[in-house]
Amino acid sequence: MSSSPTLASRLKGRAELGVALLLGAAGALVIWDAARISTPYSQSDPVGPKTLPFIVGAMLLVCAVLLAVNVLRGGQGEAEGGEDVDLTHPADWKTVLPLAGAFILNILLIDWAGWVISGTVLFWGSVLALGSRHYIRDGIISLALALLTFYGFYLGLGIALPAGLLEGIL
Amino acid sequence: MDVWSSLMDGFATALTPMNFLYAVIGVLLGTAVGVLPGLGPAMTVALLLPVTYALEPTSAFIMFAGIYYGGMYGGSTTSILLNTPGESSSVVTAIEGNKMAKAGRAAQALATAAIGSFVAGTIGTALLAVCAPVVVEFAVSLGAPSYFSIMVLALLAVTAVLGSSRLRGFASLGLGLAIGLVGLDVVTGQARLTFGVPLLADGLDIVVVAVAIFAVGEALWVAAHLRRNPLQIIPVGRPWMGKQDWKRSWKPWLRGTAYGFPFGALPAGGAEIPTFLSYVTEKRLSKHPEEFGKGAIEGVAGPEAANNAAAAGTLTPMLALGLPTNATAAVMLAAFTSYGIQPGPQLFSSQGPLVWALIASLFIGNLLLLLINLPLAPMWAKLLQIPRPYLYAGILFFATLGAYSVNLQAFDLVLLLALGALGFMMRRFGLPVLPLILGVILGPRIEKQLRQTLQLSAGDPAGLFSEPIAVVIYIIVAIILVWPFIFKLIRRNRPALATGGVATPSAPEAPSGSSAHPDLPVHSESSARPEKKETP
Repeated sequence: MSSSPTLASRLKGRAELGVALLLGAAGALVIWDAARISTPYSQSDPVGPKTLPFIVGAMLLVCAVLLAVNVLRGGQGEAEGGEDVDLTHPADWKTVLPLAGAFILNILLIDWAGWVISGTVLFWGSVLALGSRHYIRDGIISLALALLTFYGFYLGLGIALPAGLLEGIL
Repeated sequence: MDVWSSLMDGFATALTPMNFLYAVIGVLLGTAVGVLPGLGPAMTVALLLPVTYALEPTSAFIMFAGIYYGGMYGGSTTSILLNTPGESSSVVTAIEGNKMAKAGRAAQALATAAIGSFVAGTIGTALLAVCAPVVVEFAVSLGAPSYFSIMVLALLAVTAVLGSSRLRGFASLGLGLAIGLVGLDVVTGQARLTFGVPLLADGLDIVVVAVAIFAVGEALWVAAHLRRNPLQIIPVGRPWMGKQDWKRSWKPWLRGTAYGFPFGALPAGGAEIPTFLSYVTEKRLSKHPEEFGKGAIEGVAGPEAANNAAAAGTLTPMLALGLPTNATAAVMLAAFTSYGIQPGPQLFSSQGPLVWALIASLFIGNLLLLLINLPLAPMWAKLLQIPRPYLYAGILFFATLGAYSVNLQAFDLVLLLALGALGFMMRRFGLPVLPLILGVILGPRIEKQLRQTLQLSAGDPAGLFSEPIAVVIYIIVAIILVWPFIFKLIRRNRPALATGGVATPSAPEAPSGSSAHPDLPVHSESSARPEKKETP
């Protein structure tokens, strides 16, 4: 990032406004959805299905407004630390996006190609996205893991994961 | 109810060869994931939930008990050897523990942590066995209004007392409650927040939510900030303690236990406050105060005992009232419901054998931990060197597998990714995860109690206050909510008070940057508020 630190910090503040926006949208959605429910008043259920959604929606809206005020006044949420987390460098989207890509590929493939293929793709893609460069070794590990879990779930737990394209072979 | 004979029956169940095997597996798994960076006990139980559907409930819960205690123990190993605690409860252990390890006393630090955990865990579990039936006896007389108030207290306390920002806590709670609303309303059958999607009618599976928030969110978050230069791991031999270490450790163990259990059992419990209090106490009482900050063994023994006693304490409201107060207990509660077991005070009568087997296996797990961990410590330390790409790819892989195997629907994986992105965002902007999970789990139950309460009073809101316990609890709730404002007022008027509270320990410079200890100042504040005594 080439922007000056003050601009960067202001952008950061603005990013958190997105959280307030999300909370507000969620709150509005919950209230809109509850308002659409029509139930006659019933003696046996005076609270009805709408009360809690209204409370939750209102709570989200209030939080959204307060958070927006808090952020504009310079408040900031503390990013979570951890053993492997280094907060000194900015979010590394070059790792996260391929990782999410591998995940999405798995979703698209799992029902059609089956778990063994999609799981292999998921693990292999994730390992590569996270920076491993042992393509062949990783591929073998991925395939072994997918096969192992496929048979483990089938034989051990009685859960039949989809075989997909390899139906009949496995 | 005869505690002793029930407990013996529990031991008989837990010691059958198969169940004992599950206890061993649970302890080993729990320690392994506790040691592994990025994995916590809550995440492990969530990941294992679908796998355990094939087991009978008793075996599954025996395994969960092992994971629970094992995870607590493993966390302390990481914090001593790495000084970057994975769980907030081992933040305090890291302060002195890592200093000891750096000074070449890693073996003693691990030993006092292990033995202290055993002592505290055993006493804590014994207290659990004694207290839980008493709480149940009291709780069965409570009606819906009291339950409603207790759940409100639990939600608000966890949201308002823990964490560094109350506002962000409430935002997280609201999101959790909203997620809990999705699906058909139980009473009227009305669809809520389903947007016409039939797959949403049954609500969001708690396994999918928990795995998404804990596992996928965490993996994505770590991936975005993966440490480029790996941390230094301090090599360690077999843990042992000299005579002097024993002499300096046993009192802190007992005092830590005394702090840990009651705090763990409180709705706003958790292990953060008691570990911190224990640290401060040991610093004050120590005959070697000059060693604090340089690796004092008391500073490891006390907080570590408090941590484990709190873990046992947390199970008291979980088993006796169906009220989880930390993430792992929340996920275990979700496991109860997925087995069709109704949590609450009836649990002890309806599922007596299971509950007592669970408690017995906590004793067994504790002993196993001691026997396994002392000799195996060097091996656990090796786990810290696992290549990170494999670790986090593995978390994603098993998260997907776990979430998919519940219903065998690719749609669940879409939810998993969406909620995982939410988990990522929450970590990025400091929204605590625990209120969300509690909101998802307690939301539907709180609504049920609210409806029952007002049904009894025919819609009159005064019905909420119809039981004395409920009134008392609402007063406590009001104090928790109002207290920070009063505190601010007092501080404004008398600035001297602000500095007169509990002395903050000299925050150690963590090599990983200040981010590792964001909680400490917060806890000094929260421990300085004597909530209960302020009743007007």
